[in-house]
Amino acid sequence: MKQYEYLAKQTLGSYGIPIPPGKVVDNPEQARKAVEEIGPAALKAQVLVGGRGKAGGIRFASTPSEAAQLTQQMIGMDLKGYTVERLYAEAKLDIDQELYISVTTDRNTKEPLVMASRAGGIEIEDVSDDQIVRRYVDPRVGVEPYFGREMASALGLNGTIFKEFADLVVKLYRIYQEKDAELVEINPLTVVHGHLVAADARLNIDDSALFRHPEVQRIEEGSELERKVHEIGLAYVELDGDIAVMANGAGMAMATLDAIQYFGGRPANFLDAGGGASVEPTAQALGVLVSMHPKVIFVNIFGGITRCDDVARAILQVKQTVGIPVPLVVRLVGTNETEGVKLLADAGIAAYSEMAEAAEQAVKLAGEGR
Amino acid sequence: MAILLTSQSRVIVQGMTGNQGRFHSGQMVAYGTHVVGGVSPGKGGQTVDGVPVFDTVREAVALTQADASIVFVPAPFAKDAAFEAMENGIRLLVMIPEHIPVQDAIAIVTRARDLGAVVIGPNTFGIISPGQNTKMGIMPNHIYKPGPVGVVARSGTLSYEIAFSLTNAGLGQTTVVGMGGDPVVGQTFVSVLEEFKTDRDTQAIVMVGEIGGSAEEEAAEHIKSLGKPVVAYLAGRAAPPGKRMGHAGAIIERGRGTLESKEKALTAAGAQVVTMPWQVAEAVSKVLR
Repeated sequence: MKQYEYLAKQTLGSYGIPIPPGKVVDNPEQARKAVEEIGPAALKAQVLVGGRGKAGGIRFASTPSEAAQLTQQMIGMDLKGYTVERLYAEAKLDIDQELYISVTTDRNTKEPLVMASRAGGIEIEDVSDDQIVRRYVDPRVGVEPYFGREMASALGLNGTIFKEFADLVVKLYRIYQEKDAELVEINPLTVVHGHLVAADARLNIDDSALFRHPEVQRIEEGSELERKVHEIGLAYVELDGDIAVMANGAGMAMATLDAIQYFGGRPANFLDAGGGASVEPTAQALGVLVSMHPKVIFVNIFGGITRCDDVARAILQVKQTVGIPVPLVVRLVGTNETEGVKLLADAGIAAYSEMAEAAEQAVKLAGEGR
Repeated sequence: MAILLTSQSRVIVQGMTGNQGRFHSGQMVAYGTHVVGGVSPGKGGQTVDGVPVFDTVREAVALTQADASIVFVPAPFAKDAAFEAMENGIRLLVMIPEHIPVQDAIAIVTRARDLGAVVIGPNTFGIISPGQNTKMGIMPNHIYKPGPVGVVARSGTLSYEIAFSLTNAGLGQTTVVGMGGDPVVGQTFVSVLEEFKTDRDTQAIVMVGEIGGSAEEEAAEHIKSLGKPVVAYLAGRAAPPGKRMGHAGAIIERGRGTLESKEKALTAAGAQVVTMPWQVAEAVSKVLR
């Protein structure tokens, strides 16, 4: 779960990492007051997308009235598909130098990884390898102060900044560990009047660990429909095509999208109905697809733990209650296949057994393909 | 033969008296797995389908000489269960639950490395060795048959689809391993390929991968020295960047983990890369010829 910048900063601040003074504002009057209090400020749109600056999501106000005026313009604006609902008014910094630091998990080594660079202020992917210092953390040992000093030394820092940086590494690792972070990043980590200050921050919390973090603010991402399906407990991603798709299992759902594209069609969504979903959630998921008004609905099921007769019942339930007003292509094989296929056949729905044939038919019915 | 799991393995089920644990214990017994005991704290003394249930892994191991465990406990308790198993001598551990915190997975995998234990998962369908009539997992029993193909996959249902297509084409399997869909899991394609390399009955290997991470790219390096043909199929061709496709690991982030880079690396290493799941069986037939 991604955290807004101002929440990430609050967390950094609570661990003793220096952050600029700032205030969350959502109207011109608040912005005016904020700038009266903290002086010239950056007004930063609080949205969960990168590249805000270039998209016009960061503006500078030198006076309270200018802050009010800019806030008027910025609240409600669209930023890469997100509506700006609040700004973070933060004291403008007199920056001498920009560094980079992050802690994340390396999937291949299965260890925490601390990365730092003197080339801050740009995406770390755009920094050349020889400018990045990478240090893996042995999870049995953790990060002791020497680890931070060694990184500071490898970066060629000295004096006050050397000490402050070493101290910051320890604190950042504590956040990574204690908050179950997938990523905690300070970019840029600035040098202002000879001291380190976190000018921008990212904090992504591991969704699976939220149960032990009641203090972490829940932030819902995605469209209304995506939120609705997530509430049912299913994985759902909106895409821009017109063939609605349901499959069981994440890998199968991905392969189903690939198959549609292979035959020249355009999938409208990713929907994993689960590895062992029963009638009710499957029917709910199918209901969501109907509500999307696609050209075609394609249901692709390999019944392992999922039983084909359950899937057939879910389809019939939706057909009889809300109705399925668009062509439906069903591919059904595996556990209880015979019963499932018969249930559908009795209701006039022919089921396919081959994924390739079914995907091709779905694309054909959508009037697409080669 | 088979890899990691054989007919000699003596299996306990942690979380045996829960719905999932109970159902899948029955399925495993039906397939031929030596399920020698179950563990459910506070339920010691009960039986499930005639198999004794113990309060602790310690008791279960002492009384049954179990050496493998499959874990069905809810995700928040999974780390505890995994450590309990490993500290009591279990050296093959299958972690079924999804939504185990990554930090917990790191702790489990690190401890397993130190002890020389094999962890499969988390968020896996498990492992099955059809020629040995044994499985530890939640996969359907009827879609596999004994034969010369080793399969390693990240995803459950997609691996079922492919295993079944192999079976229908007369191509049986030595062992099918599910690595799991989480960002941090016990196995890598490399570690499983290494096992298949030394298994003399495995004549060809199928890799079922997907977008996200760089496990497939790392595997490519290894395929060159494998000495056995590899067929690879990867899912996620149509996936947009920045979106998590169900699995926590399946995400193209800032240009990393794309299908193109994976397929390119695998092809360069000499693997047969197919673009659709239904093309796998034919490609395997060809490389076996």
